[in-house]
Amino acid sequence: MIDWIHFTPGSALAGGLLIGLAAAWLILQHGHVLGASGLLGGLVPPREGDWPWRAEAILGLIAAPLVARFLFNAHPPTIAAGWAMLVVGGLLVGFGTRLANGCTSGHGVCGLARISPRSFAATVIFMAAGFLTVFLLRHIL
Amino acid sequence: MNRISPFLVGLVFGLGLCLSGMTEPTKVLGFLGGGRAMKQTIAFVMGGAVVVAFVAFRIAIRRGSSLSGGHLHLPVAQAIDARLVAGSLIFGVGWGLVGLCPGPAIVDVGYLDGHAALFVLSMAVGMGLYGTLAAVPAKPAGELAIDDG
Repeated sequence: MIDWIHFTPGSALAGGLLIGLAAAWLILQHGHVLGASGLLGGLVPPREGDWPWRAEAILGLIAAPLVARFLFNAHPPTIAAGWAMLVVGGLLVGFGTRLANGCTSGHGVCGLARISPRSFAATVIFMAAGFLTVFLLRHIL
Repeated sequence: MNRISPFLVGLVFGLGLCLSGMTEPTKVLGFLGGGRAMKQTIAFVMGGAVVVAFVAFRIAIRRGSSLSGGHLHLPVAQAIDARLVAGSLIFGVGWGLVGLCPGPAIVDVGYLDGHAALFVLSMAVGMGLYGTLAAVPAKPAGELAIDDG
């Protein structure tokens, strides 16, 4: 049986292609590897001459829901985590992605596309850590 | 063109994240919680993105420079070292706690979601904290400034 409520291959593939298109555009036009944590990380603190393009890309990300609501019926997210969890989670994600030099987009998409063993290792590790964390939250705590 | 282009890159990236459902933590937590349908969905997202990016990187590397005439800022680090392992573990735990990774979290701020804003603010603090700590020890600074993502 195919679970069509949770298995949404059409929008998933279309969304994936758009993410790939953004990565293609950035490397071909500007010579940068697309990665959300790198975009934001390069702004704290901003580096001379290197920050404007990052800020512009971040603004593009923030503007996306406005356009998404217009183009297709995009729904606002349901973020269930409480404030303490949001703060701890955010700190871990921010610190961890800088230490590892990449996140789901930088390692998980662009790194795999560059066939980088380092990014492959990072992707396997952060996914495993994510699986384990959700498992522990649901079954142990 | 060059002025507006990074904004459009972010916009297209964000639209892809919205369309694929990655901006919805309940979906992402469903994937991390082991739901088979969600795993297949994420495989479509990543598969589509990786295939397009793969072709682009091939072309860019063959050209040797960007269309705007600059260098390619490709990551130089290759070692699977303690930093990569520890950083990815820490990131994965935070991802599992909330269901947001950096890109989707920033996009969700655009939905004017206070939760997302608090998460992104904490993320920026975590990044700043890393920068402060990394500036202290003996590691050469050049090693840290890599555009991996």
